[in-house]
Amino acid sequence: MAKNAKDLKRRVGISDTNLLLIITIAVFLVMYISAVVFLGSGFTKPQTFFNILNDNAALIILSCGMSIVMITGGIDISVGTVTALVCMSCAVHLDHNGGSVLTAMLLALGIGVAFGLVQGYLIAYLDIQPFIVTLAGMFFAKGMTTIVNSTQFNVAHEGFKALKAIRIYVPFMGAVNKKGIYVPAYIEPGVIVALLVVIVLFVLLKWSKVGRNFYAVGGNVNSANMLGINVKRTKFIAHMLCSVLAGIGGFVYFMHVGSGSASHASGAEMNAIASSIIGGTMLSGGVGNIVGTFFGVLSLSTIKNIVSSLGLDEAWWTNITVAAMICVFLVVQSVVLLRKNKKK
Amino acid sequence: MTKKNKSIGATIVGLFRHQLFIPLAALLILVVFNLIADPSFFKVSLGQNNAGDPVLSGYLVTIFNNASELAILAIGMTLVTAASGGQDISVGATIAIAGSVMLRVLCGSAGSRPETMQAPIIVAFLIACVVTMLFGAFNGALVAYFKIQPMVATLIMFTAGRSIAAWINNNELPIISDAEFSYFGNYIPGIPVPTPVFIAVACMIVIALVLKFTNLGLYVQSVGINSESSRLNGLNPEFIKFMTYVIMGLCVAVAGLIKVSRISTINYSVIAKDIEMDAILAVALGGNALSGGKFNMAASIMGAYVIQFLTTTLYKFEVASDALPAYKAIVVIILVVMSAPVVRENMGRLWKKIAPKKAVKGVQ
Repeated sequence: MAKNAKDLKRRVGISDTNLLLIITIAVFLVMYISAVVFLGSGFTKPQTFFNILNDNAALIILSCGMSIVMITGGIDISVGTVTALVCMSCAVHLDHNGGSVLTAMLLALGIGVAFGLVQGYLIAYLDIQPFIVTLAGMFFAKGMTTIVNSTQFNVAHEGFKALKAIRIYVPFMGAVNKKGIYVPAYIEPGVIVALLVVIVLFVLLKWSKVGRNFYAVGGNVNSANMLGINVKRTKFIAHMLCSVLAGIGGFVYFMHVGSGSASHASGAEMNAIASSIIGGTMLSGGVGNIVGTFFGVLSLSTIKNIVSSLGLDEAWWTNITVAAMICVFLVVQSVVLLRKNKKK
Repeated sequence: MTKKNKSIGATIVGLFRHQLFIPLAALLILVVFNLIADPSFFKVSLGQNNAGDPVLSGYLVTIFNNASELAILAIGMTLVTAASGGQDISVGATIAIAGSVMLRVLCGSAGSRPETMQAPIIVAFLIACVVTMLFGAFNGALVAYFKIQPMVATLIMFTAGRSIAAWINNNELPIISDAEFSYFGNYIPGIPVPTPVFIAVACMIVIALVLKFTNLGLYVQSVGINSESSRLNGLNPEFIKFMTYVIMGLCVAVAGLIKVSRISTINYSVIAKDIEMDAILAVALGGNALSGGKFNMAASIMGAYVIQFLTTTLYKFEVASDALPAYKAIVVIILVVMSAPVVRENMGRLWKKIAPKKAVKGVQ
């Protein structure tokens, strides 16, 4: 009897987190492979894949922060406009105030920390709904961006330009172009930062005490409290991490575009939420995975690439397909989880 | 003596805790601020518009006029929030769809700039109602039957809505030149009060009657507080959640009519932008829990007017429209911190400590 129970446990043992992760990775692979098979040319080149990484390095970082907040059961909709604020502040700092690249980096971090401190304190210690607090944060960052500087401009700072131009070549992945010249594949430094963030956060969530606390708090606040977890501090750390990552992501975005503008990264918070959801993080908290989020970002941008290479150039098709994809993912997730819960 | 003191203290603590306290206090602060800064803010004058009809003008009229859509959306958002414990973030996008559908029907087959309307306005409006209610039903089905969190479920329409709106009109920008269509967003000749005010008041009366004479309010609250126990009591929580989203769709259609009628045309990417955030804010400022359960409709509507009051005040002091959100955020944070249960409890405690001392002073 006891043996039976054990067997049962092992068979049911695949957790929600892992199940959703497997679905995500499978869908991404199927999508990419079918793109390679049916659309050919563009997608067979490794550089296409690396470009997806290059373009979305910042989004990966933002989404990772978003996932952590979502795992603890919160939400942060300020990350997109914080990114814009970081871009604009760094651009003004470099070009108008004669700052150096290093101080610009510190400035980006500082903005992230400031947002994290205020939002984290209000959410965790004053117990205000995260949506409202970060909504205010979003408004504030949006307004501040135009107060700092209201027009878009490209950064002319020499040191920054050198940093922006850095390319890291990936060995053995190049392709021969039409003229017969070998073009090596490359990634931007932002991608390295993004991958580092993914690895560090994966380890943090999987094996550290703080990381496990995130899941406990998101799963059930009351039982986490009874287990002796400091719920308030855990929530504070989650929101702090998310805002700091928004600061880092902001600088990575800045390195990618090299300009300051109030319209930068508009809607990035919704893309980050969408990526987290596609990656199997649930907004209700307690379920999620950083690797899934990473693949969520990749899936989201792959579908965009597929749509544009299908020749559906009208701007609306991208949004409609992305929405349809989110819809499919949500329904699949919900059906799977509902069936699983019924079996229990 | 002490008993009386206690009762005064208790009433004041009770006042702090009353749901209407925050929106009312915010309104009062704004009114006092404007009175001190510039009393002409409250001046309402009867002038004439370009067509020579009498119209009321003044900042107060602007506030009541511009807050109409927000107040209408706040009604739907309150119900959605109360029943499902989440918010509908797709309202801005579905307003674009509603407007697009209306213009499409009005233009008919006569191209994008018809001389006359090809269909009666009421038909266009009803078709738009059906369409937005269908989209509401889509959101509602995802939330109620597939058990997806509302914000995530409505993220789908949030992403696709404006694109669908552009697609309906093939990305053209139809313009209705018939003056009759613009009555809904501006003035009916001869009546000095802007029409949107009447529409908003009509919506409020309807929802007040519905809440008074039907069980909708009770059911919505019981589902929001505990969906499982309301099921055991014989309610159908899924259907009630579903219904609130359909009602939201209806509110969206009405707000869309006003929005489109104001300018007689549509800009898909700009129309009603960020209005969902303001609508959610209105619900939160009204002191309603965003996690669902009990709600106070009057407080939500009051919240909508507070937001518009704030916006108009900021515009009056010549804050650039791009920088507006920053100031709005500061005010929102102050209001929200004031209304936080933790802070309110401390305020109440503080009052209890201060109150007896004052009484003693009064005796001496």
